[in-house]
Amino acid sequence: MTSAVEIAGITKRFGDVVAVDNIDLTIADGEFFALLGPSGCGKTTTLRMIAGLEFPTQGSLKIFGDEVGTLPPNKRPVNTVFQNYALFPHLNALDNVAFGLKMQGVDKSTARRRALETIDLVQLTGMDARKPSELSGGQQQRVALARALVNQPKVLLLDEPLGALDLKLRQEMQGELKNLQQNLGVSFVFVTHDQEEALTMSDRMAVMNDGKLLQVGTPEEIYEHPSNRFVADFIGQTNLLEGRVLDSETVCLANGEHVTGISDLPRGSEVAVSLRPERAHLGPLDEIHSRQAAVDGVVESVTYLGNARVYHVRFDWMVIEVREENRPGSTLHEPGTSVSVSWDPSAVSVVAD
Amino acid sequence: MSKLLDKTASRTAGSAVEPHGWTKGVLLANGWLVYAFFYAPILLLVIFSFSDSRNVGVWGGFTLDWYEGFVDSRQTQAALWNSVKIATVSTVVSVVLGTMSALALERFKFRGKQVFDALLYLPIIIPDVTMAVMMLLFFAEFFDVLNAVFGTELRKGFSSIALSHIAFSISFVSVVVRARLAGMSSHLEEAALDLYATRWQAFRFVTFPQILPGILGGALLAMTISLDDVVITQFVTGPGWTTLPVYVFGLIRRGVTPLINAVSVVMLMASMTLVALSLLVERVRNVGTNQRRGF
Repeated sequence: MTSAVEIAGITKRFGDVVAVDNIDLTIADGEFFALLGPSGCGKTTTLRMIAGLEFPTQGSLKIFGDEVGTLPPNKRPVNTVFQNYALFPHLNALDNVAFGLKMQGVDKSTARRRALETIDLVQLTGMDARKPSELSGGQQQRVALARALVNQPKVLLLDEPLGALDLKLRQEMQGELKNLQQNLGVSFVFVTHDQEEALTMSDRMAVMNDGKLLQVGTPEEIYEHPSNRFVADFIGQTNLLEGRVLDSETVCLANGEHVTGISDLPRGSEVAVSLRPERAHLGPLDEIHSRQAAVDGVVESVTYLGNARVYHVRFDWMVIEVREENRPGSTLHEPGTSVSVSWDPSAVSVVAD
Repeated sequence: MSKLLDKTASRTAGSAVEPHGWTKGVLLANGWLVYAFFYAPILLLVIFSFSDSRNVGVWGGFTLDWYEGFVDSRQTQAALWNSVKIATVSTVVSVVLGTMSALALERFKFRGKQVFDALLYLPIIIPDVTMAVMMLLFFAEFFDVLNAVFGTELRKGFSSIALSHIAFSISFVSVVVRARLAGMSSHLEEAALDLYATRWQAFRFVTFPQILPGILGGALLAMTISLDDVVITQFVTGPGWTTLPVYVFGLIRRGVTPLINAVSVVMLMASMTLVALSLLVERVRNVGTNQRRGF
């Protein structure tokens, strides 16, 4: 089967600035794919190159097998939902949605019918005569979605589509977008800087930083096995315990303690052991479990979150964050108590730069 | 959009620090003083245009003779038509060129852009007289060269006046259209391209409707300036091409009669009609695309 989007060795330079640095990426047909990274990492530029709004400096870009490198946007079978929607303010919702059909020369009555159908699909029935200024943020978002979908693109590109919505609406739209994508079976390529959004919505995701593609995989692969320090830190929260590789199963931490950590890096490599706050366990000093790694420290602060407590435990070489679920009978460790932070050796991953 | 926000902002501020007592009185008096300053001369002009006395400052009873004189005079008629022709041609050409340069400056990157940008505003800054002398020299040389090389018969007159008016109107149109373009997100054009529009269609169906108020505003400005200009026109005009303002200026030299008042009132009315028209256009646009109403 041909991939929806196939990017090979793409680089984009703006003058001296390298926005996208030699990336390879394949997006399958019917996949919900997230491009994740901090602002300025090149994710939006990558999306814009797929849309044809920017042309790559180097490399090959194929959509369903056809090379589209320098094809203008109006000649590509993709449509975009823009950040802040970019709805045409002088046209009502119906004319906004029908715009693409009109430009393709679809006859008026067909265009109208299809536009109205798509407006129904995004649950804006009856809103077709309203101008964008007469719609709420969420409704504008839906019009933008309909305006792209009505053209039946082979790939739908979404540039931070939920960024402008408030939390509650965003969560609602996340579910709806996901459903819509599954029903339509079209590939969605979705740019976001919100790692939670990427984790919950995507089938697969790519993490970018500084124009480089750091890791591609399912949300689970990326959360469980981050390929490097940046990914471990950017996706979810984590404690990075600095150390050096001793052998393929052991890492010597900065304080001299030896803990289990599987890696294939050469002995002496500088690494960090990534310990997720929810995977660490707090216990009294003398509590020793077999097969568990542990370090001892003092509780510095406790933050009550309702469903959990977050402890900051101070060691003389760093502070570790531990998240304990608020279950009945869970012990409260007061600030100042000496505790032992322990974890299952399989719960950590060893990451290098 | 921003205008609307400003209005609400000042309204809320006004309620908190609403002037009262003697402050209010002084402000009110100041307001009326400013109005008097603006409009008293105009009022006098209008009143004396109906005065039945050859002496401008003396009221000699009501008459419409001066208006009749204006309508009957072949010279004023000719001057009026000259003005209208020149204003129409220079407005159309400068709107097209000014809009194009505004688009180039707002939407494209090119070598020498900053220099072009700075030079574009020169006609707004330099004094009319300087501009007029420049134009005069230019046409004296340029037309001779053209006539010698191509065998054309360009003479000072319509073409030189229209070209000069176009030359300074472009800057004004460009400024007004750019202001409008700057407020329009370039994402809109990208969205149009993404939705299968060609560059031309993107301009025709998205950019153009968005900047139309700016273009109309620029056109009205260009037309008003062209209709009002005396200095430059007087320098570059040729036989048979006296415009209305230049004609009025000439009349004064031959002694002031209320005919000038009548002509001025007509010109004033024309200008005010243009301004009213531009306000009306703006209002209709605002009702149509009231940007913030949904929120």
